[in-house]
Amino acid sequence: MAATTRREFMLGEGSGTGSGPQNLHVGVGPAHPAMHGIIRIKAELDGEVIVGADVEIGYLHRAFEKDCEVGGYNNAIPFTDRLNYVSPLINNFGYASAVEKLLGIDVTERCKYIGASAMELGAFTVFLYMIKAREFLWELVEDVTGARLTISYGRVGGVKADLPAGFAEKTLRAFKQTREVLDEVHRLLTGNRIFLDRMVGIGVLSRDETVGYAITGPLLRAVGVSYDVRRAQPYYVYDRLEFEIPTQQDGDNYARYLVRMAEMEQSMRITEQALATIPGGPINVDFAGRPIDPSAYIDQGKQGKTEGLLLVPITLSPNLEGQQRAAHRRVNVADKRVVLPPKETAYGSIEGLMNHFMLIMEGYGIQPPPGEAYFPVEGANGELGFYVVSDGSDRPYRVRCRPPCLPPMAALHRMITGEMVADMIPTFGSVNMIGGELDR
Amino acid sequence: MSILAELQRRFGDAVVETHDHRGDPTAVVARDALLAVLAHCRDDAALAFDVLMDLTAVDYLKFPGREDGPRFEVVYHLYSLAHNHRLRLKVRIDEDDPNVPSAVALWPIANWLEREVWDMFGVRFEGHPDLRRLLMYEEFVGHPLRKDYPINRRQPLIGPAS
Repeated sequence: MAATTRREFMLGEGSGTGSGPQNLHVGVGPAHPAMHGIIRIKAELDGEVIVGADVEIGYLHRAFEKDCEVGGYNNAIPFTDRLNYVSPLINNFGYASAVEKLLGIDVTERCKYIGASAMELGAFTVFLYMIKAREFLWELVEDVTGARLTISYGRVGGVKADLPAGFAEKTLRAFKQTREVLDEVHRLLTGNRIFLDRMVGIGVLSRDETVGYAITGPLLRAVGVSYDVRRAQPYYVYDRLEFEIPTQQDGDNYARYLVRMAEMEQSMRITEQALATIPGGPINVDFAGRPIDPSAYIDQGKQGKTEGLLLVPITLSPNLEGQQRAAHRRVNVADKRVVLPPKETAYGSIEGLMNHFMLIMEGYGIQPPPGEAYFPVEGANGELGFYVVSDGSDRPYRVRCRPPCLPPMAALHRMITGEMVADMIPTFGSVNMIGGELDR
Repeated sequence: MSILAELQRRFGDAVVETHDHRGDPTAVVARDALLAVLAHCRDDAALAFDVLMDLTAVDYLKFPGREDGPRFEVVYHLYSLAHNHRLRLKVRIDEDDPNVPSAVALWPIANWLEREVWDMFGVRFEGHPDLRRLLMYEEFVGHPLRKDYPINRRQPLIGPAS
């Protein structure tokens, strides 16, 4: 018996006796320092060239769609935050809009403007380098919603609270800083040789394949198709706002980078217009008396001193800013079957209390008529759609999220096959995969 | 002519039911005609549904009034870039024969979406080149989005059957 050659020793038994080169199988991920999501790429390498790849997902699966079926309609809002954890506002409004469509209700004008500007703030799913710019915008989001990540700001039929005072000025200031950062990034990257080497002509996907894989958003616009849900099927107030849809022709990483950079400017334009034209003005308190403490208010009610009591404003905790009765009316649908009453009414009158309980109790709550509805919105990565089926009860029978990240991941093997190993990471980065909505 | 009327005229009885609830044109088609309808929707110049936006399923096991009917509905959401219109196609299938012809030959994205439906609902797609689970792991038992899969059931996370 012949002694094993060094080659056989290294490659294992049955590797052939000098029958030519063999491809190397490399698993990248699921936890890899250069990847910003949990995903596994099983790559087949010939030297440094990728000749085949199998993408494996599901490491972040946490049964979002199943969880939605066990609670009321508003209970799913916190779950939608976690779908796309860099733009949770878009998910909130996307889901709420689908349920509103199912109910057949239309939100208030002011709420539409808030929705449009808030969604644009959520659209900045920028690259890691621009963490500084993201910080400016997170502060705005924190101002509006009270949280940075787990915001749960949208509600079926409206929003949690009105915009805080001075929000427009703060936004304009933040945009000024953001534009400076964007300019800085342009100077650093757009003509940078090291950057271009990994971007131009890499990760190319043709127009036909992009459409066949149902890829939407920046990746579709990077092959020259100017499809944007905000323009094609406008929701909220997008048909009244001016913005452009930036497109590129090449379909490579560089084209995606250019499209994404241009889109951030458009998002800022949209927000500026929305904030300039938002209706509503200052909140008018409808009673000229001094606000009183909630406990004193309840005591008065118990003692039967109810005359005119409903008109007396209450000193609310600062945490409830934007939820006062007058603000509540501006941003929420006037429909008792859908929207919780303002806190003053819930604490101060028996009707409000009953209304509150009727919406919170199990078996009551929001009950859309039996039917189904699909509502698409433009997410940061493409069309985000919610398909909701109702059986007439207070729980959604089925909630399906069409994740904008899944189609590009399904096509990732087409983008990286034929490229070098080192191109895998920038290509993956240009897709901007978000594990939360990919795996749900 | 509306999309639904056009489909009914062309496919006759194969279009079982149509509705327009909340402005979403929807057609339920017979399983045998599914691929023909999908191909027609994609290739006909007046329809030109070139994007398969979404493919999912609904388990109607516990839906009031539909407990005895066909258990699953596989739902296709189509979109046309050229005409900017949408269509929802549905096909109903029974629990004891959960098979649907695969649409991978028409749209490559159907590959992953069908894998997900198989994973979550246990609906098989005939002619699919590689019907593996997509989100769950291979050793997982059952199909979690079926209505008779309890939400609190726990399974060992990993490890091949010994």
